[in-house]
Amino acid sequence: MKQILSFTLNGEQVDLVVKPTETLLDVLRERLNFTGMKRGCDDGDCGTCTVLINGEPVRSCLTLALTAAGKDVVTIEGVAKDGKLHPIQKAFMDNGAVQCGFCTPAMVLVAKALLDKNPHPTRHDVVYYMSGNLCRCGCYDEIVDAVLAVANGKVKEA
Amino acid sequence: MAEYNYIGASLPRYDGEGRVTGKTVYVDDVIKPGMLYVKVFRSPVHKGVVKNIDASETLKVPGVAGIVTGKDVPGVNVGWFGDVPVFAETIRYQGQVVAGVVAVDEDTAAEGVAKLKVDIEEQTPVFDMFEAIKPGAPLVDPAAKSNYFEGWPKGNTFKMVLGDVEQGFKEADYIVEGDYSEGVQDHASMEPHASVAYLDEAGRLCVHTTSQCLAFQLRSLMAIFNRPLSKMRYIGGVVGGGFGGKNEIHTDHIAGVAALKFGKPIKYRETRREDLRFSTKRGAWVFHFKDGVTKDGRLVARYVEHWHDSGAYNTFSSYGIEKGSMFLSGPYWIPNILIEGHLVLTNKPVSSSMRGYTSSNGQYASEVQMTKIAQKLGMDPWELRFINAWRDGDLGASRYKVLGAGSIEAMKKTAELAGIKLPEHLMQLSSRRR
Repeated sequence: MKQILSFTLNGEQVDLVVKPTETLLDVLRERLNFTGMKRGCDDGDCGTCTVLINGEPVRSCLTLALTAAGKDVVTIEGVAKDGKLHPIQKAFMDNGAVQCGFCTPAMVLVAKALLDKNPHPTRHDVVYYMSGNLCRCGCYDEIVDAVLAVANGKVKEA
Repeated sequence: MAEYNYIGASLPRYDGEGRVTGKTVYVDDVIKPGMLYVKVFRSPVHKGVVKNIDASETLKVPGVAGIVTGKDVPGVNVGWFGDVPVFAETIRYQGQVVAGVVAVDEDTAAEGVAKLKVDIEEQTPVFDMFEAIKPGAPLVDPAAKSNYFEGWPKGNTFKMVLGDVEQGFKEADYIVEGDYSEGVQDHASMEPHASVAYLDEAGRLCVHTTSQCLAFQLRSLMAIFNRPLSKMRYIGGVVGGGFGGKNEIHTDHIAGVAALKFGKPIKYRETRREDLRFSTKRGAWVFHFKDGVTKDGRLVARYVEHWHDSGAYNTFSSYGIEKGSMFLSGPYWIPNILIEGHLVLTNKPVSSSMRGYTSSNGQYASEVQMTKIAQKLGMDPWELRFINAWRDGDLGASRYKVLGAGSIEAMKKTAELAGIKLPEHLMQLSSRRR
């Protein structure tokens, strides 16, 4: 039985008809073509499909689309505003935190969720909060450095 | 010192902004109107012959466009460096692709795969290299004489010779032997293998690929599709991690064959499970080392026999034996060396390149040998490594002259970073002179 799903996507109202079994990943990527977040394992392990729902990071591959009803969803496409990079995005570039880039959109979103709640995390806070997101290129140190650079106000306006 | 624009400077990545904003288009991000999807039927058995494929129930599933098999390949049914088929009629490993089902979405294609009736005559597989090389073992390649790769001048043995190893052992005061083995590794790049293929308005077959080596694979694909270069576009350059795992054709050929058959854009992507279970691996390796050393710690002879598990096909593993043999002296001057390498087929997923392909394989064995030798001599392992380390002008195992040697300097730096104070007589050594 298909249902109407209404939610806010990067600040804009979205209404569409979905099957109850459709995941948020499938709806965002395959139907709305917001391809910034990635389908990695499609099994909840790697974190590349992360989006924010009401500011909290979730794995969109494990989230049924209908659970987003009435909520505020942010994808990587909604992070840069008015053509200007978010400081976290700038910091990722400045700190060499980007290699193949497949994990990067999710890493940026998780970092944003953390800093929105806790603007001055310790290194341990960052590592702990981001431990659910994998980077096979292995630039974890640079990713943590980038997040801390933002927290310490070391990133110039992008 | 001269000022340089680029050397020593930290430059922003030219493609970094796309990656932090999500605008970079990876293959799976290519979405075409009217696109169809492929799911494949993988062999449940490790070895066998496909007798019949009955798609009658599959074709009744609403949304299924049809199937693709070896019969639909316009050119040669061989991909990957000349020996792995696009669609297998003879099964050499579990999970090998036999046929594909093309449908409006992946769930429908998967339902079609589940309803495909594939009749496979199962045969006895062999998994262990040393079982596979016994006389009378089941043959992985039915057309071969044995499970060895036999394409070298010495048949099933690749030989590399420097000096006279028997003479070297006579000069040695001690002989130190060791047996070592290395297991299988997967690349596990974050981006699973994926392809999108379609015919463009000029009749060219366009294939979006995750390939790490487009030039190699384009040639294979032209033969598979039976199309000249002017009728192909091979679009790559954005790779979500490769690590050597995207040096073969995993999905491009199947997507392309389906696009040609159905005249619609096709996406074929492997799941993480398919990728981990059935894609190429860094293959297993076994080494036997025999080193001859004098009382004062000079390596005078090394013999290594090594066996590499190729998996079900060669691809470029025979090249791996040749290249790998060259590195088995380690970064040490050994005047008498004999390396004998063997490549063995087994009914397992295909072995292939991975980070430091064949140059890192065997290095741990070589270094454990060095520590064993130091223990035997009662010598500091640092000292043993320093005195035997390559200097400029030494010969490597394949008789190449070593230039720009650096292991002594690297060891000094390593000791410094590890907080180890090396004795002064070692600190005075240099790779520039012996």
